[in-house]
Amino acid sequence: MIAISRSIGILTLAAGLGLVAMAAPEPAPPPPQTPAAPQQPSDITTTISGGPGAPTRLAVPDFIARSADTETAAVAKTIAQVLFDDLTFEREFALIPRDTYGTIAAARSFEDVPFDRWRELGADGVIVGTVQKVAAGIHVEVRLLNVRTHTQAFGKEYDGSAANPRLYAHTVSDDLHMSQRGLRGVARSKVAFASDRDGERMANTIEARSVREIYIADYDGAGQKRVTTGRSLNIQPNWSPDGRSVAYTSYRRGLPNIFVSNIYQGTLDEFPKAPNQKENFQPTWSPDGTRVAFWSTRDGNSELYIANRDGSNVRRLTDNPGIDESPTWSPSGAQLAFVSDRTGSPQLYTVGADGLGLRRLTTGDAYAARPTWSPLPFNEIAYTARVGPGYDIKVIDVGSGQVRTLTFGEGTNESPAWAPNGRHLAFTSTRLGKVQIFVMGRDGKNVKPITTAGNNYYPDWSK
Amino acid sequence: MMQAVRRMGAVVAVASLAAAVACAGKKPPVARPSPPPPVTTASGTTAPSRSPAPPEPVAEPTIVPAEPVKEDAIASASLDDLNRNSPLKPLFFEYDSSDVSTEGRAVLDANAAALKKYPSWTITIEGHSDERGTAEYNLALGERRALAARTYLISLGIPADRLRTVSYGKEFPFDAGHDEPAYAKNRRAHFVVTAK
Repeated sequence: MIAISRSIGILTLAAGLGLVAMAAPEPAPPPPQTPAAPQQPSDITTTISGGPGAPTRLAVPDFIARSADTETAAVAKTIAQVLFDDLTFEREFALIPRDTYGTIAAARSFEDVPFDRWRELGADGVIVGTVQKVAAGIHVEVRLLNVRTHTQAFGKEYDGSAANPRLYAHTVSDDLHMSQRGLRGVARSKVAFASDRDGERMANTIEARSVREIYIADYDGAGQKRVTTGRSLNIQPNWSPDGRSVAYTSYRRGLPNIFVSNIYQGTLDEFPKAPNQKENFQPTWSPDGTRVAFWSTRDGNSELYIANRDGSNVRRLTDNPGIDESPTWSPSGAQLAFVSDRTGSPQLYTVGADGLGLRRLTTGDAYAARPTWSPLPFNEIAYTARVGPGYDIKVIDVGSGQVRTLTFGEGTNESPAWAPNGRHLAFTSTRLGKVQIFVMGRDGKNVKPITTAGNNYYPDWSK
Repeated sequence: MMQAVRRMGAVVAVASLAAAVACAGKKPPVARPSPPPPVTTASGTTAPSRSPAPPEPVAEPTIVPAEPVKEDAIASASLDDLNRNSPLKPLFFEYDSSDVSTEGRAVLDANAAALKKYPSWTITIEGHSDERGTAEYNLALGERRALAARTYLISLGIPADRLRTVSYGKEFPFDAGHDEPAYAKNRRAHFVVTAK
């Protein structure tokens, strides 16, 4: 059955979209932190659903090229394929495989969509789009059509450069999820990580140690770009909540310190050095972006600290002769989770951002480390646990203490990082040989590598 | 049923995106050029005799004059050559431990003797771990290992300001293998002469 429901509050058609024409969007724009709310009281939007309990089945045929050149044809194909992949990834809709569309005549406009044929294929909705070359770049129009009623459930137009067709697909995917499900998609989000892929060696080291540089990529692994040129050890990248800066640990001055790369301005900030020739590690932005938690050996052994985003006003959070490291903020910023070996082996703890209310979280693991707190609406912490000879990703529910395991000994698995909507995780695994970054659903399913070159470490998903 | 859809002229979500593109188009992300290598504290001629207070009898540096040629070789070697054939030997640790073993103390005794023999040297003690465990925890563990070595050397009378520490965690294994013999070589404190 196809139900069409009325819902108020969502704008369906917006013209003149802000995919502004720019000659060379390098690097691609940052993921907008939160999609701006629809700005007007609304039109009616309809949502398409499958039968009771059944997922909504969508088809995404190639977009219609309204200009005759080959570039437009290629863009039309790319947008449809990437949109299909984006929708598949989020697992909110069931996507009908694109290689089954062969016998269905391609539409030439929105007016001649062969609904009956799509219905025969089992589709509840079909996404039809057009791409037209215009002076400033391309004009893209997208509609989600209800196969049964032939009505439009979603429609939007986009204008901008033709330089990165994938961005149109990502934007459409995010808009569709928001419109149809009130869901924040992750198609425009990005992943930062460290890599040794360029094979560069550090100067002045006897063994010619290999460098690690910070890279960013789209959430699906496309568009990988190098951010740092430190030619040293650059690790532990962490996105600012606005997606415009990446903080990381760099050894470029010899001792590790915290740097902030403002990647769309091309500027670099450095924290004040730790006193007494000590080390600062692993910056982690507070959810409001005003503060950075990190750990440092400045007072003799590793402790947690919180500073302003420029590194000023350092406050100490822990005081224990054991190791304290790997801070991660709760979504509200009121608490942090971290790792301490104060009872012998590394375990997860939580503490208030004021340093009060210390609580041990993990009890069932011999070794539990590298926590990362999920975004709302979940209240879970993913971490790395020793299981047998290797390590696996587990998730603990902060409220109940219940633990679930997401990886099961395929290689060693570490460094979980939540997607901004909490429905996916990135992590590192050696299951294919070298250390690569993978993504998976919050249930541990749909595991997929997003890096292939060199070794890749320390993934962090934009907020 | 759907009503007539009104077009809203103004627009949406991607506004911030647009602004970002505008910025992004101008400059690719860049980082500043790599700075000079780490500055070390002036390699003074600090006398090794300053506040020794060793907790236990210390093996004095061998007074035996080594053969002069070799002596000159060490004294005149470049830092790179010196570190390639370093008289300072690495100190190894057990899994998830920063305890200095009996053999480890012997290594540090010998290293302390060398440092007393060449009182102008300043060194960096690097803490390393094997590949097991998280990269982050291993950075803390490496630091603790470097500090354990440093503390012991200080107890033998080596001035603290000649001994810096840095942790590399599991980033730079000495042996790239994935078995216990490799791990044993990688759980180490490594001594690098940074000024002479």
